[in-house]
Amino acid sequence: MAKTRSPSPRETPARPDAELMRGMFETMWLIRRFEERAAEEYMRGRIGGFLHLAIGEEAAVVGAISALRPTDPITSTYREHGQALARGSDPGAVMAELFGRATGLCGGMGGSMHLMDKERHFYGGYGIVGGSIPLAVGLGLAIAYREEDSVAMAMFGDGAVNQGVLAEVMNMAELWRLPVVFFVLNNQYGMGTAVERASAETDLFKRADAFDMPARQVDGMDVMAVHAAVSEAARLAREERQPSMIEAIAYRYRGHSMSDPDTTREGSEKERWQARDPLVTFERILLGEGVVTREDADAVRAGAEETVERAAAFAEESPEVPESELARHLYADPWSDDPRGGAVMPPARDERS
Amino acid sequence: MTTAKTPAKAARAETDPKPVSYREALTQAMREEMERDPDVFVIGEDVGQYEGAFKVTRGLLREFGERRVVDTPISEAGFVGIGIGAAMAGLRPVIELMTVNFSIVAMDQIVNNASKVRYMFGGQVSCPIVIRMPGGAGHQLGAQHSHSLEAWYAHVPGLKVVCPATPHDAKGLLKTAIRDDDPVIFLESEGLYAKKGPVGGADELVPMGRAAVRRRGGDCTIIAVSRMVWVALSAAEALAEGGIECEVIDPRTLRPLDLEALATSLRRTSRAVIVEEGWPESGVAANLAAHLYEACFDWLDAPIARVTAADVPMPYAKNLEQAALPKPADVVAEVRRLVGREGRG
Repeated sequence: MAKTRSPSPRETPARPDAELMRGMFETMWLIRRFEERAAEEYMRGRIGGFLHLAIGEEAAVVGAISALRPTDPITSTYREHGQALARGSDPGAVMAELFGRATGLCGGMGGSMHLMDKERHFYGGYGIVGGSIPLAVGLGLAIAYREEDSVAMAMFGDGAVNQGVLAEVMNMAELWRLPVVFFVLNNQYGMGTAVERASAETDLFKRADAFDMPARQVDGMDVMAVHAAVSEAARLAREERQPSMIEAIAYRYRGHSMSDPDTTREGSEKERWQARDPLVTFERILLGEGVVTREDADAVRAGAEETVERAAAFAEESPEVPESELARHLYADPWSDDPRGGAVMPPARDERS
Repeated sequence: MTTAKTPAKAARAETDPKPVSYREALTQAMREEMERDPDVFVIGEDVGQYEGAFKVTRGLLREFGERRVVDTPISEAGFVGIGIGAAMAGLRPVIELMTVNFSIVAMDQIVNNASKVRYMFGGQVSCPIVIRMPGGAGHQLGAQHSHSLEAWYAHVPGLKVVCPATPHDAKGLLKTAIRDDDPVIFLESEGLYAKKGPVGGADELVPMGRAAVRRRGGDCTIIAVSRMVWVALSAAEALAEGGIECEVIDPRTLRPLDLEALATSLRRTSRAVIVEEGWPESGVAANLAAHLYEACFDWLDAPIARVTAADVPMPYAKNLEQAALPKPADVVAEVRRLVGREGRG
């Protein structure tokens, strides 16, 4: 694939060992099954609002996140169930958040688009295209400020590349040499608009040229390729304080969200991409290298199904969010005694000075 | 209650250091908080080498270095968002926006991210940022550089909104804002930077949600925001010559709002004029009037009056700009109109 100033390497990044590869395979299947189940639950009416599925994007998500340390902070978009799962969030808590229950990852306050697991350094899903990228750069600034050796990764889509704020923060990241990886998951469509109808230059990674920032494009259907590219980007950020951009070319099998009838794309286009399904491709590699047997692979699928089944049951059995929570998280120390929030400060109990 | 002349206060005034400007009060607050807490840093356009468009960050780069006084490119949405991310990681950025007008470019970051991350993620994360920015008109800066956007920010749950009118409050409230765990919109007034007055010491904080009575009087309450406090005070002085005594109250913060202090005064005077520099529709004065009608309807002897900017973009021509802005004479006229009404006794 095309390449500009590649974050390239005096040394080839270490190839994941067998255990990590098995783990990546399991996570990809967990995401696939989780998303399929979420779609079913949405159709049953147990999940409200918007539901954006990442089926087809598993290699990009898992390849990128598995290349970082668990303590490296990441931000994402509203299509982020997979990011949370790849970071090790409890699938039950993720599903419960989609169901809007008290046991959800964010106590039911966020929903599908606003998952966060701070304990796992997953800094959240955000609903405004491009809006979360500055936050990742801010996390990178905090790393540099404290002289830590973590790396912040902003994960976003091809649509976000045309938001002005991306140019602003890529410039500052390079100007200040912040430890940031800009990870573009190019799934070919910004909602229903194809990349070539939205971007004058369809090689999105070339945006980095404007900031003299290294960048490269990888096959986002190949989890090993993504892992290698992000490993090197993370090394650059960690060791050389050199931010970089990785564009992973992938494909989302479903429409933009569950409410998208997905009528603009040709069936043959989907078939072409599905012929290179990231899970099937990776399984072939793992079988070839003897990392898993056919029985192992079946067991991984069965395990994912079981996990998702338990997650859905947990979500369904979980209590609704008590109404007393309505204004609880508005401020660190909410001043209002009104359960519905409000700006008014109750009268001071002690003597007024 | 800065006007109360107690013997203790008079004595202290003699030992106080010389009055400092509103501008220098803000600088002192940042310097002291940066000395106190290594997580506090300043970021914005021209805050370092240039020492701030209004020289509020004067001396900070020399004292604290480039790590803690960060000059940014002209990318308001970008660096406000970066500040929010840094705050989510536990730092305490003090973000300077050159003026409130440019905050409109960063509105997505402020409203969609800063005000919401704690809430929508179920309390997992704090966003301890302060966004400082001067607003207001009066220097013929025209339509795009003369906004007063208090109402926009006070509208948003999750933000705190502070608008100090004196050097003392500028310092004490900025220190409080920097120590606060939530996003604080800190609205300064371009017209007040040179205003001098006493300030508190390094440990003196001014709490949010507590109004200040700037002048005592029983005939009419004047509630005034930011620079309008001074407009209200000169109106009150003029009215006093004619025998009308006004009580001037400065809410100091709009979110949280010390409604009780406003209502207590209004229940005593039965009349209120609210003065703000923003536009009239869905504005700060409209909102305060709604609160006060709900809290004090039975005590009122007259409808609550509002004195605001004219409902136009700010014109350039000097005479027109003056015509668009609230002036002491406008406040005097409204108070006279209310006091002249028949009370219900």
